[in-house]
Amino acid sequence: MPDGAQPVLDVKGLKTVFRTRGGEIHAVNSVSFDLRPGELLGVVGESGSGKSVTMMSLMGLLPSPPADVRAGEVIFEGHDLLKCSDEHLRSVRGAGIGFIFQDPMTSLNPVFTVGFQIMEPLRKHMGMDKAQARKRAQELLELVGIPDAGQRLKDFPHQFSGGMRQRVMIAIALACDPKVLIADEPTTALDVTIQAQIIELVRELRTKLGMAIVWITHDLGVIAGIADRVMVMYGGQIVEQGPVKTVLGNPQHPYTRALLTTVPSVRGARTAKLNTIEGQPPILKAAPVACAFHDRCPQAFDRCARENPARIPVGGGHDVACFWDPATNGARNG
Amino acid sequence: MLTFILRRILTAIPTLLLISLVIFFLVDLAPGSPASEIPLTVPAEVRAKILESMGVNDPVYVRYGLWLKQFVWVEPLNLFDHFFGTTFAEGQQRIISYQTRSPVFDMIVQRIPQTMTVIGTAYLIGIMIALPIGIYSAYRQYSWFDQAGTFFAMVGFSVPTFFTGVLLIVIFSVKLGWFPSIYDTTLKVEDWESFLKQARQMALPVTVLALFNAASISRYMRSSVLDNLGQDYVRTARAKGMSERTVLLGHVLRNSLIPVVTVIALGIPSIFGGAIITEQVFKVNGLGAALIGAIHANDLPMVQTLTFIFATLIVTFNLIADILYGILDPRIRYV
Ligand SMILES: Nc1ncnc2c1ncn2[C@@H]1O[C@H](COP(=O)(O)OP(=O)(O)OP(=O)(O)O)[C@@H](O)[C@H]1O
Ligand SMILES: [Mg+2]
Repeated sequence: MPDGAQPVLDVKGLKTVFRTRGGEIHAVNSVSFDLRPGELLGVVGESGSGKSVTMMSLMGLLPSPPADVRAGEVIFEGHDLLKCSDEHLRSVRGAGIGFIFQDPMTSLNPVFTVGFQIMEPLRKHMGMDKAQARKRAQELLELVGIPDAGQRLKDFPHQFSGGMRQRVMIAIALACDPKVLIADEPTTALDVTIQAQIIELVRELRTKLGMAIVWITHDLGVIAGIADRVMVMYGGQIVEQGPVKTVLGNPQHPYTRALLTTVPSVRGARTAKLNTIEGQPPILKAAPVACAFHDRCPQAFDRCARENPARIPVGGGHDVACFWDPATNGARNG
Repeated sequence: MLTFILRRILTAIPTLLLISLVIFFLVDLAPGSPASEIPLTVPAEVRAKILESMGVNDPVYVRYGLWLKQFVWVEPLNLFDHFFGTTFAEGQQRIISYQTRSPVFDMIVQRIPQTMTVIGTAYLIGIMIALPIGIYSAYRQYSWFDQAGTFFAMVGFSVPTFFTGVLLIVIFSVKLGWFPSIYDTTLKVEDWESFLKQARQMALPVTVLALFNAASISRYMRSSVLDNLGQDYVRTARAKGMSERTVLLGHVLRNSLIPVVTVIALGIPSIFGGAIITEQVFKVNGLGAALIGAIHANDLPMVQTLTFIFATLIVTFNLIADILYGILDPRIRYV
């Protein structure tokens, strides 16, 4: 990816807080990233690290209350999505930015036909009439590899398998040729062979349609296979970010290094048992004032408990938010 | 679908038979005799003759058999004759009221319009105010509107209709004199003026019943909408850029109605029960009043017949609820 290209999506300083009965939960803390045209950005992190909340905050999809997007800027096509009118936001949702959710079993409305649900955004955003929308919906179902597409438009979601439903979700997300596709763990709820098919499908669609993709997953193996760039999240922050090869080949953050050791290797020698990262991810009751990972970190030293590290570029578009330098096994300069 | 309906109707028959049996024998056990309605001045042998002709001396199973035959065969034929001017039922003995010595069904046919106009209107109005209130309360959960709705619903179904009825009468007819407190059954709607009169006399009983029904239905609707608002498909609809209106009135409403329609259908027979009281309070001369009158007069055939009609309504609306459920929810298959 050429570094100079104008990003399609530019997120700066995003902060999201949940107001709950037990106090505030700071789920997203000053997250900044950008997405360049046609690029596939992988997002990894443990459960609860704030991946979904970050992406939903971008599009105002979190229920408020309890969610409160406190600060930040989300620039898409020259508009700040956090400050624009509801009307403009709705015209971006589904048209400029498509969304695929984790659970295809519950993400479709059970009482409407699949055809109706695909046609809805087409009629709203593209101003198509019924016949045009139906034709396009059929093309979309064919595009995502559903056999007998014309017939299946009349079927209800419960008549599709999980994998097929996720294909329908992809068809809906792609209906209006979005510039950006956000896929939030699109394969987690599916079994392994179906997962592989869906990943293959997205890879194919990406070369065909050329949209930029944000792909959230727990699976570093998937990231290694399809992503251009990867972003590692922890405690609602981005702790490391860079091109896939560099981040996975030369991980800088102890958390990324730990994540990599948890990936079981199929080909290599079997370890006695699966590696795990000790401890629990934090639930942040306040904005972080120390490194969120320091109490689980094998490399932590006193500074980590006093100060929250900022992201430091380490060259080649790679940056990390850590005081420790794996090259010297000591404190990083700066 | 058709086989499903047929099968459900067939399975309903034994249920209804059992219910009719229980109703007939239970009511028959009630103390009191139809003879008490015959003036004491009537000589003893004449009295015996009258009782004989009423068939009260036959054993109970004979009377049950006769009553059942009359209920399912003779009376429907009579109704048919009534509407089409035919004479199929001529010469067949009908269910005769002890009280009036005239056919029970004549009385019922006479009373139904009163009950239907008051109760039917009340239920419809109740539903029409309950659904929007339920939807909006859920959409703005914990807003002042929702809190007020919760309060009124609680008052609505915890205060009995005979209390609200009397209260409304005291305020609006006695104190303010806006509406009549007694329902005039003989009023015929012929022109604008009599229509206004009818509307005015219906206002209080309809309000009482409508509020009572709206209270519970709005609660069901609220919880159903709340349930659905938290579903993933709502987030999908929003992510597609649908307006809040479409999300709420298209996606959420359709799903929320599924359980509520069942509740509404199942509630229809039970409002007849509630209406018994309201009819008493406002002196509406409907079916409820007929039932109470018959109980007072030991008019066993009338009580048995009316009770069984209510039971049949319950079974019928159960079936209707099931069918509606299937129409609204594509996941239900009729097997
Ligand atoms: N509705 C909510 N109310 C309160 N806290 C919430 C709510 N939704 C999310 N959170 C908090 O936000 C944090 C981030 O959650 P998020 O769903 O973004 O995690 P994630 O990285 O997507 O995890 P997963 O991989 O399991 O999907 C969690 O700590 C969670 O407790
Ligand atoms: Mg998530």
